[in-house]
Amino acid sequence: MRDVAIVAFAQTTHTGHDAGLTEAEMLHPVIDEVRRATGLSRFGFTCSGSCDYLAGAPFSFVSALDALGAWPPISESHVEMDAAFALYEAWVRLQHGDIDSALVYGFGKSSTGDLREIMTLQLDPYYLAPLGLDQVSYAALQAAALGGDRPDLRAALDEIVRRSRADGRANPHALDLPDPSGEDAEVQPLRPYDVAPITDGAAAVVLAAGDLARELAENPAYIGGIAHRAEPHYLGVRDLSRSPSAADAARAAGVGKAPVDVAELHVQFSHEELILREALELPEDTVINPSGGPLAANPVMAAGLIRLGEAARRILDGRAGRAVAHATSGPCLQQNLVAVLESAPRPQEGAGRG
Amino acid sequence: MPSDPPSHPPSHPLEARHVLEFPGGYTRSTGPVIGRFLTELRDRRIVGVRTAGARVLVPPLEYDPDTGEAVTGEYVEVGPAGTVQAWAWVSAPRPAHPLDRPFAWATIRLDGADTALVHAVDAGGPKAMRPGMRVRPRWRDRTSGTITDIECFVPEVTMITAPIRTEYRVRPGAALTRFLERIGDGVLLGGRCAGCDQVYVPYRTSCPACGALIEEEREVADTGTVTTFAINNLPDPRAPEVPFVSAYILLDGADIPMIALVGGIPAHEVRQGMRVRAVWVPPEERTMSMADIRWFAPTGEPDADLSAGTPGGGA
Repeated sequence: MRDVAIVAFAQTTHTGHDAGLTEAEMLHPVIDEVRRATGLSRFGFTCSGSCDYLAGAPFSFVSALDALGAWPPISESHVEMDAAFALYEAWVRLQHGDIDSALVYGFGKSSTGDLREIMTLQLDPYYLAPLGLDQVSYAALQAAALGGDRPDLRAALDEIVRRSRADGRANPHALDLPDPSGEDAEVQPLRPYDVAPITDGAAAVVLAAGDLARELAENPAYIGGIAHRAEPHYLGVRDLSRSPSAADAARAAGVGKAPVDVAELHVQFSHEELILREALELPEDTVINPSGGPLAANPVMAAGLIRLGEAARRILDGRAGRAVAHATSGPCLQQNLVAVLESAPRPQEGAGRG
Repeated sequence: MPSDPPSHPPSHPLEARHVLEFPGGYTRSTGPVIGRFLTELRDRRIVGVRTAGARVLVPPLEYDPDTGEAVTGEYVEVGPAGTVQAWAWVSAPRPAHPLDRPFAWATIRLDGADTALVHAVDAGGPKAMRPGMRVRPRWRDRTSGTITDIECFVPEVTMITAPIRTEYRVRPGAALTRFLERIGDGVLLGGRCAGCDQVYVPYRTSCPACGALIEEEREVADTGTVTTFAINNLPDPRAPEVPFVSAYILLDGADIPMIALVGGIPAHEVRQGMRVRAVWVPPEERTMSMADIRWFAPTGEPDADLSAGTPGGGA
């Protein structure tokens, strides 16, 4: 395996409303920022993550290429998923050994449509979508499977939201959201504040392999392990209170091999943090979502990549030695990606072909 | 927040409505496994498919989620009843939801199935929902082979309300008749047991302590002392208003307290030991019933000392 590292990360100042920019206009400053940070104007590979249903237009991701300058033709790919999964594709591409750099980006404007119902469109069209099962409703079913309205669960969820929003207020890229309050249910047992806020935003990451990583960054955030696993789609065949796919991915990525300073988890509903903490077997002293996480800013299709970026940033600036990033896709944590980021390349097998 | 429409800065002159739609719907083939399930559903039957490991998947999938192997071709009728595993309550249904009134989403394990079906439960309110509750499908009038041929699930019948009403003609009996006759005269009549030397009010013809015949009528005073009381906040046809006070009143000359209303004083000022007097309705309005005493009202005397045996007794 080649050593691959995150060497640059940038994100927008996310907004809770439509700021009047197209996706390409939103994305361009972020691409520009990672280009300036690395000094690279072209990349061996480019991969993006977005969702056409967010904009309601087919191939809407193609117009985002305007933010890159794709002429002369670039080697480019796209996933109809969060851009964290585009990063995985780029990591695989870098393993081929013939290129040394990759640009990964994701973007989304949830403000223009109804995210709860757009997410219904990802469900199977035979058994779930015709019911009109919306995103908050299926998340509430998972929260119910975890323990419903148990007072200790409610207290734990309140604390997760309180901590996430407080951290988000200290993060200039996240939204300014007040401490959680109110006892009304959105879909019982979830309350409105258990749900990640509607957010517009974009993010970009540069990956570099071998020597290039050391040239581009003083402290590259090496990807010590990365894996993703999926569970069956249909909710009724799963134990919704657990995430075996996240646990499998964490084992494959090697989360438990050493202490974890920081974990950035793709928590779009507060109860998911409890499920993921257990699945990833994170130690008590690991700091969870110091950025505030998606409960403080959730630009859909970029929020998972931002977890990788936020975790990497703490290694790039020397504040952490080992960090974990998680991203998810599909209903009720159906598919989970886990990456371990480290300040040093892996001991020996990782010498790579540079 | 989640239920709100997408948030905007104040409406922008160039903001436009954009609709993405497949007119008439998007055509999809079902394949043989899902097609069988939907065909059976159209005939109001629910079937699962058996895996090689003998588990029954409902709704059927083409593969075993545990092993990835193709399922067998054996279909098994399940349900129609099932058991709720987890549920989430929707208090504000959205236009795309299957019901236009509050309902629950639930994972339901149908009888005979090894997996759960996701559907809606029409249960009235969240208090009616609990894990383990039994539910059955409510079918649409017209079925067409879609998962929504089941409009929703509804709770199994576990309770009924049984109307009970029957009428009687009752008379008060000899002793109470005698007591009520004297009430009509404005007199409270007791009976004294010679053996026990106890005066009982209302009048009775046998002693509840020794069983002897009571032969002596004894008129007692219409004044007395509150020994204990309760403040009632639920309306009662026999009381003028809420809150009202019902009290045990030991009439002067009696040995056993009688229950009656206390009025003419705010409820919170009623106290043990308070001295009271009957407030009689005018003679021409009397009906030979306890309604002839409107209530007992304070006399204004100093409170009696209840610890000193029989307060005001034998006066």
